[in-house]
Amino acid sequence: MSRIENRFSILRQAGRKALIPFITAGDPTPEVTVPLLHELVAAGADLLELGVPFSDPMADGPVIQRASERALAHGVSLHDVLDMVTAFRASDADTPVILMGYLNPIEVFGYQVFASAAAAAGVDGILTVDAPPEEAAPLAEALHGVGIDPIFLLAPTSGPERIERICALASGFVYYVSTKGVTGAASLDLAEIAAKLDQIRAVTRLPLGVGFGISDAERAATLAQVADAVIVGSALVRQIEVYPDDPRAAMAAMTELLGSMRTAIDAAAPQAVEA
Amino acid sequence: MAIESAAPNMASEPAPLPDANGHFGPYGGMFVAETLMGPLAELRAAYEHFVSDPEFQAEFDTDLADYVGRPSPLYLAERWSRELGGARIYLKREDLNHTGAHKINNTIGQALLAKRMGKTRIIAETGAGQHGVASATVAARLGLECVVYMGAEDIERQKQNVYRMQLLGARVVSVESGSKTLKDALNEAMRDWVTNVDDTFYIIGTVAGPHPYPAMVRDFQTVIGRETRRQFLEREGRLPDALVACVGGGSNAIGLFHPFLADTSVELHGVEAAGDGLDTGRHAAPLCAGRPGVLHGNRTYLMEDDDGQIIATHSISAGLDYPGVGPEHAWLKDSGRATYVAVDDSQALAAFHTLTRTEGIIPALESSHALAYAAELAPRLGSGKALVVNLSGRGDKDIHTVATHEGMAL
Repeated sequence: MSRIENRFSILRQAGRKALIPFITAGDPTPEVTVPLLHELVAAGADLLELGVPFSDPMADGPVIQRASERALAHGVSLHDVLDMVTAFRASDADTPVILMGYLNPIEVFGYQVFASAAAAAGVDGILTVDAPPEEAAPLAEALHGVGIDPIFLLAPTSGPERIERICALASGFVYYVSTKGVTGAASLDLAEIAAKLDQIRAVTRLPLGVGFGISDAERAATLAQVADAVIVGSALVRQIEVYPDDPRAAMAAMTELLGSMRTAIDAAAPQAVEA
Repeated sequence: MAIESAAPNMASEPAPLPDANGHFGPYGGMFVAETLMGPLAELRAAYEHFVSDPEFQAEFDTDLADYVGRPSPLYLAERWSRELGGARIYLKREDLNHTGAHKINNTIGQALLAKRMGKTRIIAETGAGQHGVASATVAARLGLECVVYMGAEDIERQKQNVYRMQLLGARVVSVESGSKTLKDALNEAMRDWVTNVDDTFYIIGTVAGPHPYPAMVRDFQTVIGRETRRQFLEREGRLPDALVACVGGGSNAIGLFHPFLADTSVELHGVEAAGDGLDTGRHAAPLCAGRPGVLHGNRTYLMEDDDGQIIATHSISAGLDYPGVGPEHAWLKDSGRATYVAVDDSQALAAFHTLTRTEGIIPALESSHALAYAAELAPRLGSGKALVVNLSGRGDKDIHTVATHEGMAL
């Protein structure tokens, strides 16, 4: 059983929903990332999403774009990101780590070489934003070969055929993009999200995570009632810009926000589904 | 010679590329986030439907004739050819099109498609501003809202085109992310599209991006090559020996080349921007000095570092200042059907002056790269031969750049 599968299975037995924070590796500095990952776990993260910085983050809103730019200013490469995961794993053997990024750094690395290096570092899932199933088969095969779950996106624009096709290829969990737009977008339509999740559940038993636009504890708790996992990115990363000269204060603000989401999610009655 | 190694499937039939998912061999494809896959399928279906619709084609042809001013002339540059002392050089006068470049061929086609798809809002990216102006132009004519994304650095360099777009009713959005140039404008246009897919049509200005853009933009631009073929046959009773075009994203080059792909006696030469020189690293020549990777929805040759980050490019010509290139060019390079060379800033500037003084035609700095290579190629081909250069745009927009470069304040 993969670390991701195992984690979701434990959560399901406990009747709890997963909370997944996203941070960009190397933002605001490379030294901050590993301690921050541990603190996020302590604040209630069940899985971790670590963004791989890229020069042209086409699917990201301004907050994550600037996070990428800050990390790249320190020269953070995909190799460095794997080193961070290795360092994190030295004192946390259980929390699943998913890398999220764009395909080109992996192309340069080489699919097979990258898959082996990522597995050795202790990576559990890879989400390449710009590799839909039409293009992802060779990478997915390399990842499956080393026991890493390729994580795929589904979107409001995904029709029934695509939902089936993507669920057939996905493992670990399925990441539902809550809204048309980029990361950190503003508005969410809960009824629409719930209806789409029902449609996806009809074709897969994989856990469903929802991300994009989850900015506060209340939204996180509401979405946790219809999803298996809630993914929070821009709202956390934004704290780094609130405290540009004080990474400690930014980290404290991030863990506090995540903690408030944890509390709100756990307090919400698990079966009180009203969409 | 390169022609002999042409891929066998290009020998007679028009190339059956791209495949159903937009691949030209290993290049092209649809490397976008899931949210855009549905809209791309919708666009593909609409395009495939209308491309074979006689009514759509008739409207496109009429617009090209009456609004753009096509066919553009094929002009024999006699004096320049004589001075070079080799092959006769013909110029395909895309600079005489409405708005001053080949870009309008494509924006006319895509805007007609947008209208038929019921989209009310046009977005576009632009570098030098030519594609932005061509998009704003068709939007004004069809009464569509138009937003143009342009890098903050390019806005500073091309104020006149910014004002032209505003006069035409477009909103020009300054892009402050990344390197603040064309590639970042493209990122931002994609972000707009993914957010507003329901009412918005994204007019990409070159033969790059996710499928179906490389094929669709090519098809709209092949009017250049089809006219050239017919005009040259009428004039010379045979096909030209070589075609030369500059390559940034590569839309004017593919438009000229494509109708000649099966004519293996015709050499195809694409000319990239060598900037300060290929060995300086400050250039925009992914085919000559880059390697394959994935950016902006397609796999193609890119300018990137060892970590797969896209690197800054340089060319005196803003229209060639792009780190990628259309996937069909990547395929034509690998297959050997076309050859790609690079011309640096100073060679392009020299050609800019030469054509201006010998023929009375001020060429765009982009097209000047093609002219510079033609000046080398013509003597090599020798007399009795003939080549065609795509004069893709006029140089009025570049006069400030040239003057500044030569230490003159206008």
